[in-house]
This record gives sequence, structure tokens and C-alpha cells, in this order.
Amino acid sequence: MADAGFIGLSILTVGSAIFALESREIIYGAIALAISMLGIAGFFILLDSPFVAMFQIAVYVGAVAVLVIFIVMLVRTESLFSTDEDKGRRIAGLIFSLLMMVGIGVLLFSSLFSRAEFSPLMEKIVNKIGNEMLTYYSPVFILLALTLAGSIIGALSLARREDSDERAQTSTPSPQYEEKIYLDKKNEEHEQEQV
Amino acid sequence: MTELINFVTVSLILVGIGIYGLIVKRNAIRMIFAIEIIANAANLNLIAFSRYLGDIQGQVFALFAIAIAAAEVAVGLAIIIIAYRLYKDIDVAQYKYLRG
Repeated sequence: MADAGFIGLSILTVGSAIFALESREIIYGAIALAISMLGIAGFFILLDSPFVAMFQIAVYVGAVAVLVIFIVMLVRTESLFSTDEDKGRRIAGLIFSLLMMVGIGVLLFSSLFSRAEFSPLMEKIVNKIGNEMLTYYSPVFILLALTLAGSIIGALSLARREDSDERAQTSTPSPQYEEKIYLDKKNEEHEQEQV
Repeated sequence: MTELINFVTVSLILVGIGIYGLIVKRNAIRMIFAIEIIANAANLNLIAFSRYLGDIQGQVFALFAIAIAAAEVAVGLAIIIIAYRLYKDIDVAQYKYLRG
């Protein structure tokens, strides 16, 4: 049976995951999501992989949760309370997810995994991860860097305002200004001819 | 003593919660939350099986999965911002022109 730390951590993680979806105000939901991610990082530490746990905290709690909170603040607050979900869909979703959980759970508990025990502890995990990433998985590593750069450029170009283009166009020379330049040139030519 | 089945059970519960959120919620930001919960459950499974097999590959894959999830959140939130600018709403039922 599981020990007390594991049970407390799972209650924290699952409870804040439910609260993230069901909280009344979405900003509290975003904070609950960050706490749930922290709980997952705690599971990673329990599973003796502290490097992945640190990565999880840095990426999810540090970047994703802050980004989500920013978006929640940018979007107008009245539309955040659009909780007009019908009862039928809620009951259907509850039944579907419970059925899925029970089905896969029965399969899991009747399988050999229910009695599986962990293998002995690995040593020098961070060294091994670095070795794998820079040798066998180095193409994946490069591709991942390109994917991240591409997604950030894509997100920036998606979220850019269209009317900033129009403002840039109005600052270019207007037709009257071009006409004036054209007339000045003509006058100059005229003067040269006279000379 | 915690064993593999405990971690897999927690992961299964998180996937169930995420699928419930994806079905029920019509709020675009909440749907992003649900997707994040499912992605985290998958990562937890990867790490648990990596620990069970005594193999490092699961951790490497979890690192890649976390980075991809971060990219996905950035693009998803940008799409929400632009859809909010077009429709003045974040209810996905209102996004009529995004239907096929």
C-alpha cells in the first residue's frame, strides 16, 4: 500500500486538477493548474528523477502557468463567466470519463502491472540524460529547438494586431505629398531649360 | 511502499478528469487546462515506466514531451487571443467560422 506522502501528493494533484476545471473564477483555476503541475513535479521526485522534476517546474510553473495567467488578464472579465454548459453534456461527460477510468482501471488491476515492482535505483541519471540527448537523440534535440522557435514565431505572428499594419501604411507619403514632389521636379526642369 | 500501479492509477484519474473537461467545458481557456492535465498524466506515466524498467529513455522522452507541450500552449493561447479579438468571446460554440 502507498505511504502517506504519496497519498497526500495525489490528493493535492487530483484535487487541484478538478478545481482548475470547476472553479468559479478562471484566474483561480489557472493558479490551481499551477499547483497541480507542482504536484506532478513532486511525483517525479518520488520516482527518483529530480532533473525532470526541475524541468517540469521551470517550464510548467514558471512559463506555462504565468502565460495562462497573463492571457486570463488580457481577456475581458465578463466573458470569462460563460458557464452556460447544458446539464446533459455535463452528465454525459461525467459518465464517459468514469466509464473510461473504470474500464482501464479494471484492465490494469487484473494485469501483471498491478504486482510489478520497481527496478533498483539508477545512478548518475543526469549524466546519462545528457549523454543520450547529445549522442543518440541529438537530431531530435535540434528538431525540438527548431520546433520551439517556429512555434514562438508563429504565436507572435498570430497574435500581432492587424491594424498596426494600417497605421504603418498611413505614415508613408500621402498622394498629395507625392504630387508636390512631382511639381517641384517639374519646376526645376523648367528653370534649367530657361537657363 | 509505493509501486508502479499507484502512479499509473493517479495518471489514469488525471486522464479521466482531463477528458471530462474536454467534453463538458465550452470555455477555450478551460479546454487548454484540460489538455495540459492530460499531457501531464502522460508525462507521469512515462516517468513511472522509466523508473519501473530502470531505463533512462523514458525520462528523455518526458523532457521532449514537456518542451513540446510548452510550444503547444504558446500557439493555443495565441489562437485564443485572435479568436477573442474576432468574436469578443472565448466560448468555443461561438467560433462559427472555425468549423470545417
